[in-house]
Amino acid sequence: MLSVSSLTKTFPGARALDGVDFAARPGEVHALIGENGAGKSTLIKVLTGVYQPDEGEIVFGGEPVRFATPLAAQHAGISTIYQEVNLVPLMSVARNLFLGREPRGRLGLIDFRRMHREADAALRSLGLRIDVRRPLRELGVGAQQMVALARAVSVDARVVVMDEPTSSLEPREVRTLFGVIRMLKERGIAVVYVSHRLDELYEVCDTVTVLRDGKLVHTGRIADLDRLRLVSLMLGREMSEVRSEGLTKFSGDHEAGGEPVLDARELTVRHVLHEVSVQLRPGEVVGLGGLLGSGRSETAKAIAGALPPDSGTVVVAGAAVRTGSTPAAIRAGISLLPEDRKAEGIVPGLSVRENIALAALPGLSRFGLVDDARVDRIVDTFIKRLRIKTSGPYQKVGELSGGNQQKVLLARWLAMRPKVLLLDEPTRGIDVGAKAEVQRLIDELADEGLGVLLISSDMEELIEGSDRVVVLKDGAVVAELTGDDVTEDRLLHAIAAEGGDHD
Amino acid sequence: MTTVQARENTSSPAEEEPHGAARAERLSALAQQHGALVTLMLVVAVASFGFDTFLTGDNLENMAVSSAFLAVVALGMTFVIVTGGIDLSVGSLFALGGVLAAWGSQYGTPVALLLPLAVCGLIGLVNGLLIARARLAPFIVTLAAMLAARGILLSITDEGSTTYLVDEKSFFARLGQDKLLGVGVPVWITVALFVLGAIVLRRSRFGQYVYAVGGNEDAAALMGAPVARTKIAVYTLSGLCAGLAGALNAAWLVSGVTILGTGMELEAISAVVIGGTLLTGGFGFISGSLVGVLLLKVIQNVINQIGSLDSAYQQVVSGSFLAVVVIAQTWLGRRRRML
Repeated sequence: MLSVSSLTKTFPGARALDGVDFAARPGEVHALIGENGAGKSTLIKVLTGVYQPDEGEIVFGGEPVRFATPLAAQHAGISTIYQEVNLVPLMSVARNLFLGREPRGRLGLIDFRRMHREADAALRSLGLRIDVRRPLRELGVGAQQMVALARAVSVDARVVVMDEPTSSLEPREVRTLFGVIRMLKERGIAVVYVSHRLDELYEVCDTVTVLRDGKLVHTGRIADLDRLRLVSLMLGREMSEVRSEGLTKFSGDHEAGGEPVLDARELTVRHVLHEVSVQLRPGEVVGLGGLLGSGRSETAKAIAGALPPDSGTVVVAGAAVRTGSTPAAIRAGISLLPEDRKAEGIVPGLSVRENIALAALPGLSRFGLVDDARVDRIVDTFIKRLRIKTSGPYQKVGELSGGNQQKVLLARWLAMRPKVLLLDEPTRGIDVGAKAEVQRLIDELADEGLGVLLISSDMEELIEGSDRVVVLKDGAVVAELTGDDVTEDRLLHAIAAEGGDHD
Repeated sequence: MTTVQARENTSSPAEEEPHGAARAERLSALAQQHGALVTLMLVVAVASFGFDTFLTGDNLENMAVSSAFLAVVALGMTFVIVTGGIDLSVGSLFALGGVLAAWGSQYGTPVALLLPLAVCGLIGLVNGLLIARARLAPFIVTLAAMLAARGILLSITDEGSTTYLVDEKSFFARLGQDKLLGVGVPVWITVALFVLGAIVLRRSRFGQYVYAVGGNEDAAALMGAPVARTKIAVYTLSGLCAGLAGALNAAWLVSGVTILGTGMELEAISAVVIGGTLLTGGFGFISGSLVGVLLLKVIQNVINQIGSLDSAYQQVVSGSFLAVVVIAQTWLGRRRRML
């Protein structure tokens, strides 16, 4: 039905797709999986006309095609359901369903009666009873997602692409969605299904294509592939190949002792986290393992107050911290180094000095005036200690390399004298040398008695850097690896384990 | 999955919310839609009791005609604001349209009408192209157009010293002066335009795109709505409306007055917002804008009736009223989002 061959797409500085073949066949549900940066969203965007391929061919219904815009792909019969609901919340359900193809009567005016009738019928056929005149935003997120689904399948689609459609659905709604997918299958529609939830993949998909680093690593029937094999394909790890000798700069064990410096209990955020508990003792590095979307970053954010939990408690050094408030968390001594340092961390136009002092300023000023001498002292100390390569404290952070930017961020939080350091992908996107330095730094900080929570998609870093690894899956803790169990092999098994039902 | 089963839920997801919330939502939507109308009726009722001169035919007709020009400008503005944009050029275009119409009337009525429409429509089109294609901020683009249109106006009137007059006996002048069933022709034209505008916004596919672009531009694009073309169309429409309003005004005054229209863009925006249209886009109605215009004009009229009150207070009252409406809208909007 829809196939691509030797597809290549290059972005400045990165080859997102490298000679990928992919085929969606009628009446088949095809899983497309891969970790962050594997190229699956790029592939979807090429299939749906958002991006143009650099090389390679797209064949649709037997003919080579090129979709200039998403609209062109839609007209050809390729519908997409995005992870985030992409509808207009202020408009009614029916208007959303029919935007751009409203039934029209005399004088070209919209026939609302017919539109409401047809919208109602379309939703009923998916087992939904919704007043189609109501504004979309009155519905829950799940119901909105179902309206998006109804829109996608009602446009005579021949291929339906679903990008993590279940990420905001209740289990009951997931059942409805699967019912719809089976119905599409019977109608001979090709479905491309992207998800990180292994249970779902095995339940609803027929074939699977695994991408890694922009390359195709596997394609075939999903039934012929066991879970462990699937996970190792995704992460690029052969269980038998796990090296005994480490490649990272972590020294390994730390002297961890005493009472936990951080005790987060049963953190729950609807659809995202389910009673996640994490303890950190002073001097300990605890890793958070799991696939993309398993709730690792969300756990860190919930602890740091950036994501208000529905329930659960956070205790730092014996004192309860108000949840859902970053200032409260910072006062209590929790520092979060966020995943996306460009968007959530550094201020590129400001100097190294200003970036480091930013968060600590309230403590460095008297009567609202900044004590420059103290700032200088602190900034100098950290530039030396973290070995930040800069021409001086007044150089703009935007001019530094990725690794040094990361160190500036780290310095900003260390200047706050935290008790707990949450590091979300601290070495992503920085070069090998800088990576080793950041890793060594994490080690040193733990040795000095900080509790460190480490999130990393780099398996080696996670295994070798952590004293313990808490494994998350679908927003819940599924395993905790300690001592000799902290191995890649164990981690892969824990991630691939069946079940993990929650809610 | 235990909690879901425990809830023993057999209903569809849409029925999840409690009915009280849905009712509150509907009430606040009603308040948003009809708040201005209720206020207008109250003000009219009070004014009728308070001033003998208020409910006289002359006074009403006067108010209607003077509302008509602002109303036509507000009509175009409503489309722009529903897409989430703003058009600051309409005041200048109103004045420019008037002068062009007065100058053109010497060559006959078609020229007097088509010239301002062509020029103002073209400026609106350029606004739209810069906003939709070059992706510039509407505020800046239309601010530039406002200054540029004023400049054109000054250059064709020799710095404002030349005033073009309309021949009082021409058909064009009669368009502004004549009455039909005791009501001025501009009022009838305005009413007709509003009916047409309401149908286009509520019942045409273009209207749906206008709401979709203002409601969620990215989603509209992904759903295949022609986002750029919709934006270009609304700014062109707004330019056309301003030009036409200016032309009608010139016919009514039988001259092209250069100093008109200053601050009119803000008056039009106020009227649209008072009428219940959200400045953030995606929600609003044509009829609301008409009510908004009438409300502004009635308040103005009432203050003029109170001879002792300085007419400057009129702007204080209008301004306060606008502030109250925006606060109420924000509050209602926040309530609705929380539900």
